[in-house]
Order: sequence, then structure tokens, then C-alpha cells
Amino acid sequence: MEMTQEQDNFITFVVHTAKYRTLSTVKYDKRTAWHKKDEGLISAFIPGNIQKIFVQEGEMVCKGQKLMILDAMKMFNNVTAPFDGVVRKIHITEGLKVTKKQVLIELELK
Amino acid sequence: MSLKQKTQDLKKRMREALEGGGDKAIEKQKSVGKMTARERIIALLDPKSFHEYDLFVEHAAKDFDMDKKYLPGDGVVTGTGSIYDYPVCIYAQDFTVAGGSLGYMHAKKITKIMDHAMRMKVPLIGINDSGGARIQEGVNSLAGYGEIFYRNTQASGVIPQISVILGPCAGGAVYSPALTDFVFVVDNISKMFITGPEVIKTVLGEEISMEELGGAKVHAEITGNAHFYSESEMECFEQIKKLVSFIPWNNTRKAQPFIKKEPKVKEYQIDKIFPTNAKEPYDIRDIIRAVSDDSDFLEVQELWAKNIVIGFGRINGDTVGFVANQPLYLAGVLDVDSSDKAARFIRFCDAFNIPLVTLVDLPGYLPGIDQEHAGVIRHGAKVLYAYSEATVPKITLILRKAYGGGYIAMCSRHLKADFVFAWPTAEIAVMGPEGAANIIFRKEIMEAEDPEKMRQAKIKEYKKKFANPYVAAAYGYVDAVIEPGETRKLLIHALDISHDKSELGPEKKHGIPPF
Repeated sequence: MEMTQEQDNFITFVVHTAKYRTLSTVKYDKRTAWHKKDEGLISAFIPGNIQKIFVQEGEMVCKGQKLMILDAMKMFNNVTAPFDGVVRKIHITEGLKVTKKQVLIELELK
Repeated sequence: MSLKQKTQDLKKRMREALEGGGDKAIEKQKSVGKMTARERIIALLDPKSFHEYDLFVEHAAKDFDMDKKYLPGDGVVTGTGSIYDYPVCIYAQDFTVAGGSLGYMHAKKITKIMDHAMRMKVPLIGINDSGGARIQEGVNSLAGYGEIFYRNTQASGVIPQISVILGPCAGGAVYSPALTDFVFVVDNISKMFITGPEVIKTVLGEEISMEELGGAKVHAEITGNAHFYSESEMECFEQIKKLVSFIPWNNTRKAQPFIKKEPKVKEYQIDKIFPTNAKEPYDIRDIIRAVSDDSDFLEVQELWAKNIVIGFGRINGDTVGFVANQPLYLAGVLDVDSSDKAARFIRFCDAFNIPLVTLVDLPGYLPGIDQEHAGVIRHGAKVLYAYSEATVPKITLILRKAYGGGYIAMCSRHLKADFVFAWPTAEIAVMGPEGAANIIFRKEIMEAEDPEKMRQAKIKEYKKKFANPYVAAAYGYVDAVIEPGETRKLLIHALDISHDKSELGPEKKHGIPPF
């Protein structure tokens, strides 16, 4: 589907190759684009504090291995490796406050 | 004591209780543009119709020195009255008394009036203005909420339930309104959320104001939690009165008939409103007004999921529920939100014996990754479920596009519409001509010397053959192809014929709708 801006706020809205002249809605305008997820970028699924980091850059990790503890929502949450790989970069330090979706660690598939 | 003295004593007690939280608290309430609980009830109900109960109820808390505190009426006003002579039960939380916080007796008063509404089978109106659970009363506050939610659920589909949010309504408290049929919000006054800005800031580190998080606009426009939005409390009360006039007292009745009035034909002339070109927009509400008594249409959830229009109107004095695709917004597609919006409304109408009039003009479902991932399958299924389940008279009018799954979903013959009418401009087909021609004549188009020319020729060919109401009419899926000018006449006739319609589905405890 494509859209082009027209005069009077009317947009061209394509559904099944047919073009319609219509108005948009607030929520439709606010929708976010979808991006393919990079599995190697481990980001915070919830905002919180980095309680402890267990790995170092360059270290080999196995799938399921504990990488760090993220203190959030009154819980110590384990952040684990999604696959066997090497820690390429650590973006955080212990005690750091992180926001949701902030990248914590980059892993490289091995 | 003489009777006179006893009466004076009563009056004194009443005066004390009616003071609510006292001058200071009342002043504070007014300074933020809010009315007091009793002022609200009086403004909403018919003059002199309100009778208050449980004025002398006192709270039951003992801990934290609460036993030394006097909370008049325990922070909530309950009673009975009428709106346009319709009997109603009502409660209004009194923010001036302990912040309208909900404790054991406060909840008891509410559940008592709810039980009363259920036994008397009259609508229940709840005005919410409360800081939330009364922490000093601990688990009894939680019990109170639970008892309210249970009754909201039991009353659902038996009596109309209306929630008015005139202050904060946070945490668990939001679930009572969410369980009721209609939620009214007022700009700058209503605030609804599960976790407030404070908690969000502490836990998530995200900063947002109350208004941005759960203000009236947000719930009217983004979440769909609210059904009616207004800019002042008085405007809100007018909306409630109007709604009450459209709906029946309970599920064993029909809505009260109203004085019959012709539509304002001069303002709403179908041939002037309606573009025959299926790609051009128009406001479907003008068509609704063109066929409704006095061109009066009460739109529900006007600001949310604008691509579908729902609401109440009257045809020949009787209330009907309109469900209509709105070509003015997003070409009138069905999507996650519009499906939710329509499905719930259909079920309300079905529960309360309100015939459904469906106006169809949609290109299909909204394509997009966000839609698919938001579960447009299960949300879209709600529309099919609600229409199939509904046993009230179902009248469908196809104005222009009725393609594919959208055609089926919008109360087609196949979901057991009682009457299916189509205008000569209707295009009832498996998909739009462009898409269909591309698939059916793919080979011819690809192999043609001038593919674009061939494509256009084939689209034209398909359009001529299938983009009309006559193929569906030939199978009896459409009962009658009618002139637009005849629409109101036929709607009146169809409603007359189906006045005593009764239909029973298969015996079951309850269905399992795709919630």
C-alpha cells in the first residue's frame, strides 16, 4: 500500500491495487513501521537497572547462558543469550539505568 | 421528643451528611472545574426526581485511627430518579469525602444500588470520581471492587449500564467502566489508567502527563475505551440523556417509541451527497441522516476508528442501531479497531432488542504488517461472530463496494440478514475489478503487446460483468435492487414486517466469541 499527500488533507489510499480518495486517522498516522529484528542485538525488554554483568567482550557464550541481571518491576530479570556466539560489544555498565529497547549487548553468531 | 423535635433532629443529621467533605474540599473540587456529586446527579436527572438512599451510612474501618474519622455517606451518593421519565438507578462518588476513595461500606452502597437496578430492571448510571482504593481499609477495598465487577458482568445485557468518568479513575477502578456498555469522558476532567504517570516514571523511567496518558481525548480517540467525549460536564449530561432516550430500560423491553418525524430532506439529499464513483469519498453519516427520523443520529465512539460509524437513530419512531462503513476515513476499510467497535455495538443492540441497519461500502480489510501482527484475524472475526449471533431484525443495504471478506462480514445474507437491499451502484464481487482482472487475465495481460492497455480493457470487461448488484441478485443473495430515493420507505417496511421476529439459536450455555 502506498500513500501520497493531496490537497485538503485527502490522501490516496490503495487497497488491492484500487486507489481511493479518503482521509486518514490519528491512529493510522501514528502507526510504526515494522523492522526485521536483528537477533544479535540484545536490548532491554523493560526499562530498569543493570544489576550485574556476567560476561566480557570477546567471550564465548552458549545459548541460554546468563549475560546479566536487569532489575526491573521489583524483579531480578535474567538476560540470556538467544544463541551460541561471541560477545562483540557491551554497551552498558553495572548500575546503569536503561530504557526500554535500549541495546545492551551485541552478540555475533558462532 | 415531639415529632417536630424528631423531624428537626433528622434535618440536622441530613444537613451534616449533605455537607460532604466540607466547604474547603468543595471549593477545591470547583476550582478544577468539577461539580460536586449531588450537583451532578441533580443536573443529570429530571428535576426533583432524585431520591437519595444510604445517606447515613458510615465507614467501617478501624485501623490507622480511621474509627475517629467521620466520612459523610462514606464518599458516595446513591439513589433513584428518572431521565425523561425513564427510571434509573444512579451512584456518584464524592471526591470531597476522603477523595472518593473506595472502602468497604462505600462499595456496599454501590453494590446495593446495583442489585436494586437489577431487580427493578432499570438502567444503572455510575459517576466515577475517586482516588481509588481506600488503602486504610486494605483487602476490604479490593473485595469491594471485585463485588462491583461481578455485578457489572451479571447485569451486562440485562440492564443498560452507563459509566461517567468525572475525575480520576485509576488502577483496578477502571474495570467497572470497562465492563459497562457506555463510557462518557469530559476533556480535562476524566483520567483513566491502570498505572499512573508516577508509577510509570519510577518503574519505566518514562515521563508523561496524566492527560497524555489517560485523558479524555486519549480514550475517545486512541484506545476506544470511551464512547462519548465532551468538553464540559453539562454537555456530557446532555449526551447521557440523549442516549437514554434511544435505548430500552432492560432486555425484556423495546426502546420507547418516539414521535415520528420525516428526515430533513433538503439538507440531506442522497443524490447530492452520494458519488457513484466507488473511489470518491463521502460522509456516510449524511446517508444515515437522510433516512433517519428528523435526521437525528447519535453517533457512538465518534472519534475512534472513524472508518466505521456506529450509533442510534430512529426510523418511523423506533430506535435502530446503524453500523456503516465510512468511505471518508481510510476508504472505510475494516481493521482491528473498527472490527472491535462494530462487534461490541452489534452485541449491545442484539442484547437490547434494537434492530440493526447495516450500510455497506468498503474495499475490504486494511492491508499491512501492523494490522496482521495486531491480530486483524481474531478482531475481524468478532464482526462475523456478532452478526451471526444477533437475532434482532437485521437489515443490510449495500451502497457501493462490497468486496470479498468485507462483503461477507457486513451482515450479508450468509450471516442471516433478514433483508438485503442494494442500490444500483452496488458492486458485489469477490474482489475489486482491478485486483480481479490482474489475477484472472494475468496471462492475457502479460502476453499482450501493450500490457497496460490490455489490463485496462480487462478491468473494464470485469467491471461491466461483475461490478454490479445483479450477479448477487441472480442468486437471491440480494433481495431487491432499489432506487436510493426509496430507501427510507423500504427500511420502514422491513422494520414493520420484522417487528415480531423471534429466533432462537441452538441451545448452549454461551458461545465463545473471539474476544
